[in-house]
Amino acid sequence: MASHRDLPVGLVNQLFQNTGSSSFTEFVGSYAPELLPRRGEVLATPIGDQVPHATTIVAATFAGGVVMAGDRRATSGNIISQRDVEKVFRADDYSCMGIAGTASTGIEFARLYRVELEHYEKVEGRSMSVQGKANRLATMIRGNLAMAMQGLVVVPLFAAYDPDKDEGRIFSYDVAGGPYERERFDAIGSGSIFARGSLKKLYRDGATADDMAMTLIQALYDAADDDSATGGPDVSRKIWPIVSVIDADGFRRLPEEEVSGYVQQMLDARLISPDGPIAPLR
Amino acid sequence: MPFGYASPEQIMRDKADYARKGIARGRSVVVLQYVDGILFVAPNPSRALHKISEIYDRIGFAAVGRYNEFEELRLGGIRYADINGYTYDRSDVTGRGLANLYASNLGRIFTESIKSLEVEVVVAEVGDTKEGDAIYRLTFDGSVFDEHGFAAMGGQAEAVAGRLKERYRESMSLADALEVALTALTEPGGERPPVAQLEVAVLDRNREHRKFLRLTGARLERLLAQTSNPPATPPATPPATPPATPPQGSGDTPPPTGPDGDVDDGSSPL
Repeated sequence: MASHRDLPVGLVNQLFQNTGSSSFTEFVGSYAPELLPRRGEVLATPIGDQVPHATTIVAATFAGGVVMAGDRRATSGNIISQRDVEKVFRADDYSCMGIAGTASTGIEFARLYRVELEHYEKVEGRSMSVQGKANRLATMIRGNLAMAMQGLVVVPLFAAYDPDKDEGRIFSYDVAGGPYERERFDAIGSGSIFARGSLKKLYRDGATADDMAMTLIQALYDAADDDSATGGPDVSRKIWPIVSVIDADGFRRLPEEEVSGYVQQMLDARLISPDGPIAPLR
Repeated sequence: MPFGYASPEQIMRDKADYARKGIARGRSVVVLQYVDGILFVAPNPSRALHKISEIYDRIGFAAVGRYNEFEELRLGGIRYADINGYTYDRSDVTGRGLANLYASNLGRIFTESIKSLEVEVVVAEVGDTKEGDAIYRLTFDGSVFDEHGFAAMGGQAEAVAGRLKERYRESMSLADALEVALTALTEPGGERPPVAQLEVAVLDRNREHRKFLRLTGARLERLLAQTSNPPATPPATPPATPPATPPQGSGDTPPPTGPDGDVDDGSSPL
């Protein structure tokens, strides 16, 4: 085995002993394992409550793509630890992930995952399949299971545009891995039950990206309405949810002006009808 | 040393000759600055086996010579870049660092191994402005050349570099730069490589996140159409140069003592 420091270019022929995978995580695991997210360490006491948590991510498909949105609140126990945290991360040109649970672990995952996808793409000269991307993320979550048992739970929601099917796809995970593919929409985090209820009523098949962004903002508002750990739009500080759209043109995060426009529109309507739009009964 | 004695000078000279001959058998690759970044052009009949590659957000790679050898350098570079970007920050990965890593490895292999690598490599980094761009050319013995504006390597590197130097101007448009590159890669009076046999990529400083972009298919054809229709935008005043350089020797025939093996001679290794 080539040792740690003389690697990158080990021109020793180790064919079949070290065929080398295209995975960055596997490479780091053999080269500098200390750089990977902590695995299997057991802490004396669970510390989950003392570490900032992120909550409520929603995602929904539309005709030809997928939208993901997240609120901006991070909490430690009953304290609001940050008001403008970002929980939706671009993974590559055609995918993104949102995180709920321990914020620090989630951010670390997002950083590692981005490198993982890019590494594969550069080495192989092609993008990983959507199912492949979902599976890689599952492996990372599984590796964190021991930490999750200590209260450092992180659960992602993964959304990608699938060029083969020309549609958006959504995958969710539990602490032991996954991936579970979701039809149409899904939500994760402490406010997810409320968000999912909202999405169930407001989701429309074949909607446009703009309409679906509005739907997700409504769902996040409904989650914040009933879940104390989910932050609503902060009008005085001008902190709006993060909304990202992925379609055939790739990933784009909606600009603040656009999101604030949607939020303002929603808030105006909620002044008249606090529970939001009403779905038809029949 | 199995037989007798050879002086260190002789050994080094032999290794260098060997490497040079190997590299000289392949086709040339051209790297040059244009207004929005850096352009890579390589005649390459293979669609899958690349001579040009992305290494990191702002860093591109081009190589000539033995495919398996420069592929290993490419993978090593990607690992180096990804691990540093992950350990520190994405902005902490630099072309200079990568060029130094390649230089030390190439140099070590040249002195320590029986056979030196038969490769020549360009590491190019695009900056926020054209002053921030960098093009490093590395040779098989680990020498590094900090090139300004353009670099050529491979088969007829000197002739190609000469033609590049004549036509290169600062801040050309992408189409003009491609035109200059293709002219440089084509022997005077010779035929240009067909679109299907061109590998073209850019590091475009105006792109978000990752600056590297492969130009293929319709996009490349559109760009080529822009270049060939208004034929020569470069200063049409001294065009007397092409006839001055006649057929440019018989550069196509491999040298008599060229090494055996899968040297990139322009045909697909598979």
